[in-house]
Order: sequence, then C-alpha cells, then structure tokens
Amino acid sequence: MMAVTAEASHARTGARVDAGRWIRIGLLIAALLALPLVAPRYWIYFAGLLGINIIATHGLNIMMGYTGLLSLGHAAFVGVGAYTVAILQTYFGMPFWITVPLAGVSAAVIGVAFGLPSLRIRGLYLVIATLAAQFILQFVFVQWQSVTNGDVGLPVRPATVFGYALNNETRIYYLIVAAVIVMTVFARNVIRSRVGRAFMAIRERDLTAQVLGVEIVSYKLMAFALGSFYAGIAGALLAYFNQFVNPEQFGLLLSVFFLSAVIVGGMGSILGAILGAAFMTLLPELLREGSLLFGSVFSLDLGTVLTPLRETIFGLLIVSFLLLEPRGLAQLWKRARQKFSR
Amino acid sequence: MSPLQQFIEYSIVGIAAGGIYALIALGIIVIFKSSRTFNFAMGEMMMLSAYFFYAAAVTLALGPVLGMVVALIGSIAVALLIERVAIRPMLGRPFIAVVMVTFGIGSIIRGIVGMVWGPNDLQIPAILSRSPIMLGHVFVPGKTARAFAIAVVIVVALIAYLRYSRAGVALRAAAADAVTAYSMGIDVRRVIAFTWVIAAVTGCISGVLMANVNTLTPHLGMVALNVLAVVILGGMASIGGVLVSGFVIGWLEAITGLYLPTEFREITPYVLALIVLLVRPNGLFGSKEVERI
Repeated sequence: MMAVTAEASHARTGARVDAGRWIRIGLLIAALLALPLVAPRYWIYFAGLLGINIIATHGLNIMMGYTGLLSLGHAAFVGVGAYTVAILQTYFGMPFWITVPLAGVSAAVIGVAFGLPSLRIRGLYLVIATLAAQFILQFVFVQWQSVTNGDVGLPVRPATVFGYALNNETRIYYLIVAAVIVMTVFARNVIRSRVGRAFMAIRERDLTAQVLGVEIVSYKLMAFALGSFYAGIAGALLAYFNQFVNPEQFGLLLSVFFLSAVIVGGMGSILGAILGAAFMTLLPELLREGSLLFGSVFSLDLGTVLTPLRETIFGLLIVSFLLLEPRGLAQLWKRARQKFSR
Repeated sequence: MSPLQQFIEYSIVGIAAGGIYALIALGIIVIFKSSRTFNFAMGEMMMLSAYFFYAAAVTLALGPVLGMVVALIGSIAVALLIERVAIRPMLGRPFIAVVMVTFGIGSIIRGIVGMVWGPNDLQIPAILSRSPIMLGHVFVPGKTARAFAIAVVIVVALIAYLRYSRAGVALRAAAADAVTAYSMGIDVRRVIAFTWVIAAVTGCISGVLMANVNTLTPHLGMVALNVLAVVILGGMASIGGVLVSGFVIGWLEAITGLYLPTEFREITPYVLALIVLLVRPNGLFGSKEVERI
C-alpha cells in the first residue's frame, strides 16, 4: 500500500520535480564550465585532480559499495590505465581518443585476469587476489624496464583535440569535466538497471540472489570489470594530466586513498563517491596547509612527516566512518537536508 | 658447489627464515579462530613492537632484557586497545567491514611510526649472535638459525599452552561454537581479547627477531601481508596447516633468490597465492571454510 501511494504521489509531482532538477543540473554544468573564468589556476588544477579521483572512486564504489567486492589493488588498475596511455603513445603514437578507451579496456582485462579465479569462490580470496595485483603490477611497472623505463617512468605528451593541445590545467580541465559527467551518468544508469539491482542483490545475500535467478559469477565479473574499467579511464586521464607516469604514483597508499574515499563518502551511493573523492582530494591539501602553519611552530620536517600523517589520517577516517557512520557523508548530507527542508 | 647441494643449502636457510613467519601466522590464526577476524594489521603490530623495543632498549638505554619486557607490555596494551575500541564494536558486522577496519588500523600505525621514528633504517642492539652454525656441510647464518630456534620454542610453548590450559580450552570452545560456549559460562569477549594478547606476544617477538635479522624500518611489517596471503590460502582450518604455510613462504623466498633476481622475492608469495587460487581453489589443505558458488 505504502509503495503504491508513494508512487502515485511521485507521478503527480513528477513533472514539476523533474523541471526543478533539470534546472539545477543545468546550473551545475554552467558553473563547472565557467569555473576556469573566475577561479585561480591552482583551483583548476585541484578540480582536475578531483575529477580524476571521482572517476576512480566510482569504479571502486561499483565493486565495493554496490557489489560487496573488496579490492585492495585499485591503485594498480589505475596504474594499468596510465601505463597503457604512455605505452600506446610512446611506441605507437596513438591519439588520446584511442588510448583512453583502450586504457579502460586493458585495465578491465587485467582486472578480470586477477579476479577471475577468486570471483568463483566466496570469502576473502578476492581481497588476497587484489592485494596480489597491487604488488605484482607495481613490480611489473618497476621491473619491465625495456617498456616502462623502470623507476624513472615515461613522459606523456598532452592530448590534442582538433589540433588543439590540452597542455595546461584549464584545457585538460574541460576534458576531465566531460569525462566525469559521462562516467557519473553511466554509473548511475547501470546501477538503476537490472544489472545494478543484481549487483546489490549479490551484496546483500548472494545465495538468495542465486535462488532468484541472478547469475552470481557473471555479475561479479561484470562488476569487477566495470570497476577496473573506471580505474583505467581515471589512470589514462591522470597520465595526460601529469604528463608523465611512474610506478611510485600507484602504490598501496593510493589504494588506501580510494578505499577511504568510498568509505568516507558512503558505500553504495553515487553522490557518496563524489563527496568521498572531494573530501579525500581536499584533505591532503588542508593537511599541507595545516602542517605549514604548525610546522613552523614545532619546527617539523615537512617532507618526512607529511606522508605518514596522511597515512594516519586515511586510516583514522576508514576506521571511524566504519564504526560510527558506515553510510558515510552521503548519509550525513541526506540527514542535513531533511532537517533543513523541515 | 653442485646445484643440488646449493638447493639444499638454500632450502635449509629458507625454512629457518620461515620460523618467524610461522610465529606471525600463529598470531593471525588465533584471532581468526576466536572471532573470524582477519587481522590485516598484524604486520604493523609487529613493526610497532620492534620500535617499542628500540625506544626502550636504545633511546631509554634500558638494555635488551628490560627493553623486551617494555616492548611486550606496550604491544599487549596496544592490542587490547585495538580490540576494545575498534574490533569489539564491529562484532556481527560483515567480515569485509572488519577486514577494512584492521586494514585502516594498519595504516594508522604505519603513519604514527613514520611520524615518530621517521622513514630511515634504525639499528637495534644485537640480541642474536652472528656466529654461523654448521649443519653437516650446510652453513646457516647465525642470526637466522637463532631466530628460528627462538621462534620454534615460542610456537611450541604457545601451542602446548593453548592445548592444556583452561584459557586454551575456552578458546577452542569459543572457536567451535561461540553461542554454546557463551551459554556454558565462557566469556567469549574475554576469549577474543585474550587472542589479541597472544597475537601481540607473537607479533612482538617476531618483530624484534625480524629487526635483528634485517634492520628496523617502517616496512618491517610488510612481510605479515605476505604471510596472511599464504595463510588464508593454506586454509585457516588447522593450526598445523598454517604453520606449514609459514615455513613454505620462507623456503620459497630463499629458492626464488637462488634462481631469479632478488627483486622477485617480494612478489613470490603473491604469485604463489594466485597459482593456488587457480589450481586448488579449496586451499592447499582443503579447508571447509571455502564455499564454491
């Protein structure tokens, strides 16, 4: 009964709600496009970085938040995407509109190769497989020197659109904004489809899902491939954004970073992935500013303290959100809005 | 030296190095047995203990014996704190969430140690003699051999304790069926806290031994992740199987060092883990924990 009346009232107000919604979305996009006109370059740099992190976090959120597949190797799949771009560009001279999709595909293929054996079984095996992926892929980035150039890494030339090089923060910003919009809408639509409902059914109770006719193994594989694909796209954009790739960027700390982003934002929420990525991207910056302030007071050596400080805070965020607010910032946001609108 | 002789020598040294891994593995499995919790912070607990030892023995100049006592007390206190603050409230939550909590705790400890003691290697006082030991014709480095002996003694003592003491019986009862154990008057929460104490002790000893054989760095604990990976695949069902997994890792690392460049050693356990997943998804020792879907 409840559901029926709710639906009916939704149908009545539906048109009005939709209009308001489209206006808000339009305003948001206009604001995003206008941002470089008003904001300092430094902000645009962060906006670009944030966009890349949002895409990667969507990927982990699809795996972890929606399907319940924990991955400790997300950074390595981001690395696969970045290296795909660097390698295809350096050795085959491919343009970005080929390398970026291929980066997503190669990350998905490698992700599935690592995930396949353990996705067939329940339990902790996938965690171990992704941890193995993290260490083995990073090892490959460092050791396969003839291709990856070892610790030094590879330079990446800026992407060019219609002969127009995206060689500064503002220009690549637009590419990233476009990618974020496409990837966010796609993630949202997948989640609302039959596939997304299957993901959530597996997360909630896999046996029941199977009894109800959900092909668990193929949907798990799909979720894992999709999540890795997002990681690959994020990595590709990161390569063009930094204009270089090296193995150090894709260590375990970055995997912990994405894990924190999903947990802090709220597992199983598109808005959560965005909020989480934003929080985690801005946090190190605030930490840096904060430690610049306090560093002079306590005469700390910033270079050595900053990385462990980040590690500590990422860990604290993971633990305290899991303990105190497992549904993350998205839930806090929802609650705040409800209070506000009342 | 003939290839076979070399193989035997590397194998013996590797298995000796595996003693510490077996000790780590024991710490991981007792916690798993009592509460189905995979402790991804084991390596960091180990590393922190070694730094406690350093702080007491070197910074406060208390000497190795008092240093060890302080390290043990500190490690136990930290383990109890972790259990009380972060693990107990997670009882009944999905195991993936608990894994993430322990992973987060690991990150916190790594960060704190990095801030307090910095990223560089530190030298701790040598408690193990360097003089090598000859096994027939095989030459075993002194520190490795002595660390192995200590690890084996501790492992045997702990297993005997878990087998014959009241606390051990309570632990096994809680592991077999927590609800029944609880209704028979066993305080399951205390049993879980007790297993964290055991993990702290094995972590502390293995950490100090490890820092003695190699050096003291914030990366000291990374080996526990390797151990965890292999232990999970070895099957968490039996303590025996878990101990064997520890020795297998030590052996494999040594053998890899013999045939491949040394860099390959760091990924050996993970390659092994993936191979096991491919060919024997039920775990090496066929545990019943694994469910195919």
